[in-house]
Amino acid sequence: MAKKLSADVLGQISHKPPKQPWMDTKPEFREGTYLYAVKPESLEYVHAPNPREWSPTDSDWKLPADWQGIIKTGIKDRLDRFRSFKLFMDICVRCGACADKCHFFIGSGDPKNMPVLRAELLRSVYRQDFTALGKVLKKMAGGRELTEDVLKEWFYYFFQCSECRRCSLFCPYGIDTAEITIIARELLNLVGCQIDWIGTPVANCSRTGNHLGLQPHTYKENAEYLLDDIEEYVGVRIDPPFNKKGAEILFVTPSGDIFAEPGIFTFMGYLMLFEHIGLDYTWSTYASEGGNFGFFTSHETMRKLNRKMYAEAERLGVKYIIGGECGHMWRVINQYMDTMNGPADFLEKPVSPITGTAFENANSTKMVHITEFTADLIKHDKLKLDPSRNDHIKVTYHDSCNPARGMGMFEEPRYVINNVCNNFYEMPPQTIREQTFCCGSGSGLNAGEYLEMRLRGGLPRANAVRQVHEEHGVNMLSCVCAIDRAVFPALMDFWVPGVDVCGVTELVANALIMEGEGDREYNLRGEEIPGREADDAGEEG
Amino acid sequence: MNVIISLLAVIVLGVIAYVGVEGAGLRVLFGVIVPYAAVLTFFIGMVYRVVDWAKSPVPFRIPTTAGQEKSLPWIKPQAIENPSTGGMAFIRMAIEVLLFRSLFRNMKLDFREGPKIRYSSEKFLWLFAILFHYSFLVTLLRHARFFTDPIPGWIQLLEKADSIFKVEVMTPFIEIGLPALLLSGLVLGGMATLLLIRRLWIPQVRYISLPADYFPLFLIIGIALTGILQRYLIRVDVVTIKELTMGLATLSPTVPDGISGMFYVHLFLVSVLFAYFPFSKLVHMGGVFLSPTRNLANNSRSVRHINPWMTEPVKYHTYEAYEDEFRELMVEAGLPVDKPLEPQEEPADDQGEKE
Repeated sequence: MAKKLSADVLGQISHKPPKQPWMDTKPEFREGTYLYAVKPESLEYVHAPNPREWSPTDSDWKLPADWQGIIKTGIKDRLDRFRSFKLFMDICVRCGACADKCHFFIGSGDPKNMPVLRAELLRSVYRQDFTALGKVLKKMAGGRELTEDVLKEWFYYFFQCSECRRCSLFCPYGIDTAEITIIARELLNLVGCQIDWIGTPVANCSRTGNHLGLQPHTYKENAEYLLDDIEEYVGVRIDPPFNKKGAEILFVTPSGDIFAEPGIFTFMGYLMLFEHIGLDYTWSTYASEGGNFGFFTSHETMRKLNRKMYAEAERLGVKYIIGGECGHMWRVINQYMDTMNGPADFLEKPVSPITGTAFENANSTKMVHITEFTADLIKHDKLKLDPSRNDHIKVTYHDSCNPARGMGMFEEPRYVINNVCNNFYEMPPQTIREQTFCCGSGSGLNAGEYLEMRLRGGLPRANAVRQVHEEHGVNMLSCVCAIDRAVFPALMDFWVPGVDVCGVTELVANALIMEGEGDREYNLRGEEIPGREADDAGEEG
Repeated sequence: MNVIISLLAVIVLGVIAYVGVEGAGLRVLFGVIVPYAAVLTFFIGMVYRVVDWAKSPVPFRIPTTAGQEKSLPWIKPQAIENPSTGGMAFIRMAIEVLLFRSLFRNMKLDFREGPKIRYSSEKFLWLFAILFHYSFLVTLLRHARFFTDPIPGWIQLLEKADSIFKVEVMTPFIEIGLPALLLSGLVLGGMATLLLIRRLWIPQVRYISLPADYFPLFLIIGIALTGILQRYLIRVDVVTIKELTMGLATLSPTVPDGISGMFYVHLFLVSVLFAYFPFSKLVHMGGVFLSPTRNLANNSRSVRHINPWMTEPVKYHTYEAYEDEFRELMVEAGLPVDKPLEPQEEPADDQGEKE
């Protein structure tokens, strides 16, 4: 499919809205711009409603008989449970400040991707059925009937929002489209309108602990391949503990990183880092998914999947948990975990066993971000580093949406990168830190069939990378998110060829001087490090 | 279409008041009953709305963090953009409400061939909005002169500040004196007009606009216009008007003769605005204070936030069920297990959910 797409064609975008009013336009389910329907087995596995064979391109979506009633009851119930939802339905003034802040709008030009209009898709139904003026004035008050076409529109556009919250930063009332999208997806779930790339990972996470469905032995085997690679390129054999009771720390990271490039290099980085400092920790095959696809489904599913981290920490008897590089995983940990599944009384307040630093900001959750942990190690000079090993790369850093706008972790990764690399360049200020742009595939949208829309959504980010690529020769895009690592390579190849993608811990590991290491002529990717092959010139041949 | 409907609605309202008073002589209706009803609707309505919002809990702590979090001691947090305490969240909120912080971030997409994407600063919306709101506030406050006797010093001071641009030439030979130009009313009308033009000018904003977006703008422009007309162009008897307004304020309403129809149009449009307020998007005035992405501290990793409807333990796929399913494979792979492998292992037949 990628062959058909060209940057020239995709880059032709008009942001001018059509003549036809938005209530009169319908989405076109065109290949590449919508996501496939969830398989019935996946819904059945988690006891979700209305499992069936269907496709968004069908005219009949096989909705339950009283689907409108189900949705309206669902709206009522959520208005009563979420102040955010109720308020955000009421207070928008349609000033349009959010309109051109959305990466999907910038990349597609579709007016219904303006956050304000995305919210109006749901708000119009809310007005008609739940507000005084709407009940009387109907369309005149901006209301509309909940029809099957409206539901299809919801499905199309609420799975065209990656819950990145960039719009909420610019909204004068802090209206957060992510919140509206989360609720809208819950409503769609009530009638079985889920996408497969979310529904199936949810079932997998529940059963095997990770979204790919890797069973315990496979998880360990995959790790062993990576240990072989470390031995080959670094010259050190590491033997990490799995499911070890009595370890001091449980480490949880997204499972994507044990499975595919370039995430695996970050995974190798964790293994080397923990070996380097002699950390008493363990991996878990049961709680082997840091990412939480439940977050893209419903608050209840998110809670259920997240529960496994604390359950495993308690079973293994660790003191606290370190979480790996992941975007939405950290929104869940920072803003939801303790509320949903705390208090984690069986854990201790996190203190770094190497530096003695108490991570007071994590006193209640008892979960520390790997980048916070590493920054503290470097600050206390506990890592032996040779940043010149990263001299052949020019790095920029992509703030992932969730650690940026749902947490505020900006300085730690920059501090780490600047200590392990000598060439670091920032992208333009309107595209980083709290104003960062989404990769275009967050919140469960990174499915293969959705490539066109992902490339469109990723355009603003890619464009900023292109700027530093052209100005400074940047050839490496670093990030602290597994979805980023999974989707950026394709995005870069499409819009900015010549830029690779890595996790921050991969950069750390490449700079780490390991005890008993070999010549380190290769980086973790098995590529020769320019300038280091000279040492053994003349040998072998 | 939406524009015309809204404009017509405001014109019709104005005509109703004018004809009602001048033609049908319904002075008591437009001078007493409607204003009282409108003010009551406003207060009861707004209290109802705020209480109604407040009744829904805030299940999760979801501030939009706009700066560095408080983490390691040597990293300087941006305490206002990313507050870690309630006090700092209060300051963040105050800056939001008083200075429109978030709107000040606004910028414009500059999309060029290539595609080349740039962003340029765009402060007009912020400027129009902040001038609009503050001039509205000043206008409203200085109207307190009609409802107080004697007029308190602060109102006189406010008026003095408001009429800073006096057009007055006083020499022994020439005396040109216009009634002091009150800036707030002009700015209010001007900004409402600019906001209207903006709404029509920017294609995307026009596309999203509903009658409910144009109507209050026309209403406010109408109010400003009728106010300005009475002050500078049409001679109105301020003393008689004050007689009426003081009657309203002291709950002993009187409807004195000799008040022009224009005044009733003004009063009626104001009444409509008050009554319309709680049912419209204008409730953002109260709503902004409750916004959970702005008014909460980002401290949910160090202080547990309680969700009142999520207190029951959750059912989840337990480790025991997981081990039961994979025990053999785990043992083979050298992974530790809690229960040793038995030769006649029974396969788990349920999904092993527990509370």
